[in-house]
Amino acid sequence: MFSLQPRSAASPLWSWASPLLALALTALISGAIFAFMGRPPVLTVTTFLISPLLATGGLEALAVKAAPLIMMGVGLSLAYRANVWNIGTEGQFILGAIAAGTTALLLPDAPGTVLFPLLIVMGVVGGAGYALIVAWLRTRFNANEILTSLMLAYIAQYLLVFLVTGPLRDPDGFGFPQTALFADAASGPRLIEGSNLHLGIVLAPLVALVAWIVLGRTTLGFQLRVLGQAPRAAKFAGFSEDRLVWTAMAISGGLAGLAGMFEVTGTQGQLSTNISPGYGFTAIIVGFLGRLSPAGVVPAGLLLALTYLGGDAAQINLGLSNAITGIFQGILLFCLLGSDVLILHKLTWRRRAKVAAT
Amino acid sequence: MTQTPLLRLSGIVKQYPGCLANDHVDLTIAPNQIHALLGENGAGKSTLVKIIYGVIRPDAGETVWQGRRVVIQSPAHARRLGIGMVFQHFSLFEALTVADNIALGLNDAKDRVGLRQRIIDVSASYGLPVDPDRTVHDLSVGERQRIEIVRCLLQNPKLLIMDEPTSVLTPQEAETLFATLRRLAAEGCSILYISHKLDEVRALCEAATIMRLGRVVAQLTPRDKTARELASIMISAELKPAAERRPPPAAAAPRLVLNRLNLRATNPFGTSLQAITLSVAGGEIVGIAGIAGNGQGELMDALSGETLAGKPETILLDAVPAGHLGPKERRRLGGCFVPEERNGHGAVTTMSLAENAFLSGHLRGALARLGLIDRRRTQDYTARIIQRFDVRTTGPQATAKSLSGGNLQKFLVGREVMLDPAVLVISQPTWGVDAGAALAIHEAIVALAAAGAAVVIISQDLDEIFLLSDRIAVIAAGRLSEPVPVADATLERIGLLMGGVSPEPAHV
Repeated sequence: MFSLQPRSAASPLWSWASPLLALALTALISGAIFAFMGRPPVLTVTTFLISPLLATGGLEALAVKAAPLIMMGVGLSLAYRANVWNIGTEGQFILGAIAAGTTALLLPDAPGTVLFPLLIVMGVVGGAGYALIVAWLRTRFNANEILTSLMLAYIAQYLLVFLVTGPLRDPDGFGFPQTALFADAASGPRLIEGSNLHLGIVLAPLVALVAWIVLGRTTLGFQLRVLGQAPRAAKFAGFSEDRLVWTAMAISGGLAGLAGMFEVTGTQGQLSTNISPGYGFTAIIVGFLGRLSPAGVVPAGLLLALTYLGGDAAQINLGLSNAITGIFQGILLFCLLGSDVLILHKLTWRRRAKVAAT
Repeated sequence: MTQTPLLRLSGIVKQYPGCLANDHVDLTIAPNQIHALLGENGAGKSTLVKIIYGVIRPDAGETVWQGRRVVIQSPAHARRLGIGMVFQHFSLFEALTVADNIALGLNDAKDRVGLRQRIIDVSASYGLPVDPDRTVHDLSVGERQRIEIVRCLLQNPKLLIMDEPTSVLTPQEAETLFATLRRLAAEGCSILYISHKLDEVRALCEAATIMRLGRVVAQLTPRDKTARELASIMISAELKPAAERRPPPAAAAPRLVLNRLNLRATNPFGTSLQAITLSVAGGEIVGIAGIAGNGQGELMDALSGETLAGKPETILLDAVPAGHLGPKERRRLGGCFVPEERNGHGAVTTMSLAENAFLSGHLRGALARLGLIDRRRTQDYTARIIQRFDVRTTGPQATAKSLSGGNLQKFLVGREVMLDPAVLVISQPTWGVDAGAALAIHEAIVALAAAGAAVVIISQDLDEIFLLSDRIAVIAAGRLSEPVPVADATLERIGLLMGGVSPEPAHV
């Protein structure tokens, strides 16, 4: 029978091989599900994972979806390294979008050189400010940030619904739950004229690079890592836990707000009830799949972005519900957590009779 | 003696990944014998004892119990055979009574009948006063140990294993324990006594098995040897003579002053510090003795700045009020600290030695510039610690957890000593450290004091306190006694203070 033997040290090989194993297992399991539904499994999986990349504009769409996931995944990897479990990035994303979107609506005639930088600031401030409520609750009342950040995410969703169906609703919008379109100046520069490639797409990998340097080379990154791995040692060294919790929440919330700002100004051009297909929650999977390393978050963000495109492709080409995106993401997270056991354990085959110890 | 031995182990082998913990170990315990198992940390004593008590199984070797071959399957099986064990760390529920705790440890429901009376009988007949109705929370460590012993004795063991029993006791309590153990042995219960306290072993034990690096290196009668001889068998290198006694330092300005430091305990099992007053001059080493849990941890945290003492004037570092300052500011003023717990407090075990050097050294060692870690300086600083303190490791990039306890402790002490502190406070400097590393640490402490630093040692090891200190104070129930020069301090006087008894009552 199989048995799991603890390893004496974490396996560096498996810490990177585990996401690949998880991906392979996810493809197998989802294939099995399609087969069970009476669909050709191989064709369905390839339609889901490969066809979006080959389609016209597929790479552009991938970049547009990956940018917010990478930004948020980077922020989360910094926070999670410090044992600050912000799972409310969805809410911070929405607040960043609301702050930037409202500003854009209020200043329709501002020149782009002033407006766009202002929108960036508003997005970061909106997301970070919302996240700092969580930091305050934790440091002041010792309230668990997992619960408070998640609950605030739901509040943010209802706040968005209230705004776009109420005070910010486009009076000429035939009653749809959305705001007026922002002025052109609000959408910022394009990488290629006429495309959807907004500035956030360049910024996302840059953010990952900066975060990678911060985590590995700076005193701040060191403090975050020490707090996560040995809180008493952080105290011993005089690193203030409260200050680091505030910092980690501000960074992860600020990047989520930035992602929200780029999504509404760069991609959608208005606020509506569906500004996010769950990017904030998917970013949690991105963070873990990227091994909580800003460098790993980039490929992980691209992969999870692909699952959104795959859902659309499966819907269009095969007539499947695009709920399969959520199913695929769920199976992936599940398989990843399972595969991660191999980082600290060795799988060995043992016969019932005790074999000689080596 | 031609008696059948009570227990005979032969050729015991136990291999762990990367470490041969027991290499063909033989051990023979006669009936009525108090048998010492001596060895440094990591010699394989614990592994051997766990095998005897059925916690782990050997890879090879034979166990013969009262003349019959057995394979001890589990601790329950060991207890049925008549083997009892008192662990170094007790497993008692603080909120329950003595009788409840003992009842929980019994395998069989029918053993619980009349338990209370049997506890009273056993404790009376062996001189182990224990009140079955007291709550464990209210009991001293010595009393708690008695519960564990009584719990074993209720099963009528023929062999009682005691793992470093005196490490938590006052000298007086230890004497009482020895009397009990002698009596037990006389009445037919053999005792396997694990310790590294050589004088104790010489006083108490009739036979000794000495282990080194997983092998038995000697089986002898401890009384025939001096403590020094035993020590040299136990450790691989010949012991160098203890650090030269320094002449008492000339009167120098106090570098660390505590002024009626009060600190309310933050957790219900903590100890509140009460009006702690102390002045330590440059060049001086002050030892703070005391039994674990009498406020040492709280005092250490208050000194390092992990808990703030409130009023600035309660702590002076080189005459600068520091009671309100956190650890970083105190380090800037010249305070350096080595906490008792290495893993996760003094060091982050999953990080490299270089990162651990950075942890407390980045301020005084100037290892960061504009928030960026200066990797070269950090690497150099780490390499210098490793070299000067002979830390056995593969290099600055090795993780802290890859080091043995003694090597990591040398590294952590070295990390602070290299920062040229004005005041060094070090808690349990050689706790769980082998003799060679302990000697190196002691020499570093003495050298630091000789260079003019004020040093405070908080330790439960009285030998260490007496060896290093110029003055000795005792912490008991959160109060610190008046320090006395080492020449005037006797073991008895310190022992009484540790037990919370003042030798000369201030006023009656």
